[in-house]
Amino acid sequence: MFDAIENWMQAFGWLPDGLITLLIILLKIVLLIAPLMGAVAYLTYFERKVIGYMQVRIGPNRVGVFGFRVWGLGQPLADAVKLMFKEVIIPSGANKGLFLMAPVLAMAPALAVWAVIPFGSEMVIADINASLLYVLALTSVGVYGIILAGWASNSKYPFISAMRSAAQIVSYEIAMGFALVGVILAAGSLNLGQIVAGQQGGIWQWYWLPLLPLFVIYFISGVAETNRAPFDVAEGESEIVAGFHVEYSGMPFAVFFLAEYANMILIAVLAALMFMGGWLSPFEGVPVLGDTFLAESSIVWLLAKTSMFLFLYLWFRATFPRYRYDQIMRLGWKVFIPITIVWLLVVGVLVITGTPPWFDVA
Amino acid sequence: MNAMVAFFKSLSLKELRAGMAVTGRYFFGKKFTVQYPEERAPQSPRFRGLHAQRRYPNGEERCIACKLCEVVCPALAITIESEQRADGTRRTTRYDIDLTKCIFCGFCEEACPVDAIVETRIYEYHGEQRGDLLMTKEKLLAVGDKHEAQIAADRAADAKYR
Amino acid sequence: MSFEQIVFYFFAAVLILAAGAVITVRSAVHAALFLVLAFFTTAALWLLLEAEFLAITLVLVYVGAVMVLFLFVVMMLDINAAPMREGFARYLPVAALVAVLTVVVMVMAVGREHFGLDQFAAPERMSADVSNTRMLGEQLYTVYLYPFEIAAVILLVAIVAAIALTLRRRPGTRYQSVEKQVRVRSEDRLKVIKMNAEERK
Repeated sequence: MFDAIENWMQAFGWLPDGLITLLIILLKIVLLIAPLMGAVAYLTYFERKVIGYMQVRIGPNRVGVFGFRVWGLGQPLADAVKLMFKEVIIPSGANKGLFLMAPVLAMAPALAVWAVIPFGSEMVIADINASLLYVLALTSVGVYGIILAGWASNSKYPFISAMRSAAQIVSYEIAMGFALVGVILAAGSLNLGQIVAGQQGGIWQWYWLPLLPLFVIYFISGVAETNRAPFDVAEGESEIVAGFHVEYSGMPFAVFFLAEYANMILIAVLAALMFMGGWLSPFEGVPVLGDTFLAESSIVWLLAKTSMFLFLYLWFRATFPRYRYDQIMRLGWKVFIPITIVWLLVVGVLVITGTPPWFDVA
Repeated sequence: MNAMVAFFKSLSLKELRAGMAVTGRYFFGKKFTVQYPEERAPQSPRFRGLHAQRRYPNGEERCIACKLCEVVCPALAITIESEQRADGTRRTTRYDIDLTKCIFCGFCEEACPVDAIVETRIYEYHGEQRGDLLMTKEKLLAVGDKHEAQIAADRAADAKYR
Repeated sequence: MSFEQIVFYFFAAVLILAAGAVITVRSAVHAALFLVLAFFTTAALWLLLEAEFLAITLVLVYVGAVMVLFLFVVMMLDINAAPMREGFARYLPVAALVAVLTVVVMVMAVGREHFGLDQFAAPERMSADVSNTRMLGEQLYTVYLYPFEIAAVILLVAIVAAIALTLRRRPGTRYQSVEKQVRVRSEDRLKVIKMNAEERK
């Protein structure tokens, strides 16, 4: 598709080649970011709806589109418009530059990571060799937004939140990194596309089964990394009001919100790619269904798996009470890291012995 | 040995899954939301909403300016001034309830010896200016006149418990 | 100037400015943040050298972990800069001499005659599918296996030492033992007793 556009642009004759490349890249970015932002907006709606249903309420159902009340689907649009027109209040004691830079620092990594996320065997903006490492590096940078927001606000609750979040994210990154090392061991590659390619052949070939403990730990660490319930001590409404974004209003607040939800979707997509076979169909190689369209790998499968993980996120939030801070630290350091290290040994043995059905092909 | 069993049991996340099962069940359960403007929750005859001043059937206002309500009001929301009329009865010249102070405790209603000040079932009202929420005697009497049937019915329903 | 050179000079300029700012800005938090910027631009320069593994690892380890902890500490400090500036004029001549000497030595050591393009020609461009990471791994686990393992052991010793140095038992402190709390079962604490209802007198 992009080749066709490139040819069409070259047909003008007066556009330099560099500019065409740039335009194509820009087009790709827009094609990725626009649906992502839409997904973020509707994830907030979905969250309110799902949690409402679990609390035997019905959630937002009033704001319609063009006068039709379609289960409140207009709610995210109304929220977005409201946030855009609210006043940006900067506390008088705040460090103004850093205060306004913090949301950007939270948002930029959350979006930049998506450059290496593949949505199909060819659908990726930048197919780099060490894409998993790149993902890990950029997600670890996202914490700066929170820390700086907490510090620059020059206010007590945000500062407490920044401290909590810094320690928490650094701790869970280690467990998360070890879980990813397991995936790298199993796939023998740092490239997300090749990791998915290594899981070919139906639901039992996916890595979730041989790497089950790592899978569980990865997802739980992901929840902790994104500061979501039950690990949301950085926000902790009942203790420190709203944590790092107490002092934020209007669009800077909305940017924090967008970054958090973009990160949630990212963790869900990564879990789908690394443990649940990405865009591969679960029915691959199944006798009856094997020939139908159900066995074809497509982006629909990836989106379905991602939605499943996102639903889990919301389910967790509706179910579990917030962890106490020392419990979070204990869980990260004394439970997750030892388990991941032990299971890394197991995975190493499985890979070296070529245990079927996952690792029998060299 | 027990500790080992407990350890592996905790690794199976059994309790977490049990908790998620509960929320998962309620996800499909019947929802209790009352769709407010279209549906309303049932009201008790004792509902304490907007205040009203009542009149006797002959049109005379009930309030005798005894100021019991003013005394009992914990929020100091009631202000009363009175005078003697030509026929020797004492009546209020001023009876204000500041709704921005009122906490809707219903004490004024209970203190009243002649059932003059009452709280009605009305809860959907608003003020666009500060003064709109200062209920003067005229406004209170107007509310009372308008909803007298309902007020009387509620008093009658509740009478045997008083 | 080719596009690559523009990119190089841009990042190089930002790097030098950021590095300079680290030692000149007054606020310690700002200095730490400029250090983060310096790490980022360094990573970008390494990317130009096709050392993508090192570049990403630099961001992951230094920006993502080390500097976060650094900020964690720096943010809680309340440094008064004035006493630290005392005696600036007095020590300036000595400091300037040391600085000039360092620069001279650096230029002599890593100057053009030792590390110039004629000594070390720019390496051939690798094709896109050559994995820098794989090459690095193969080198580390074959040729440099022993140094690598020794470095790993030294790091491990450092970790253990850091814990041993900071771990002190304070008898007076009270804290909750999460392990004990986790092990508690409802049977230990709650006894459900069956009783017959009593008749009301």
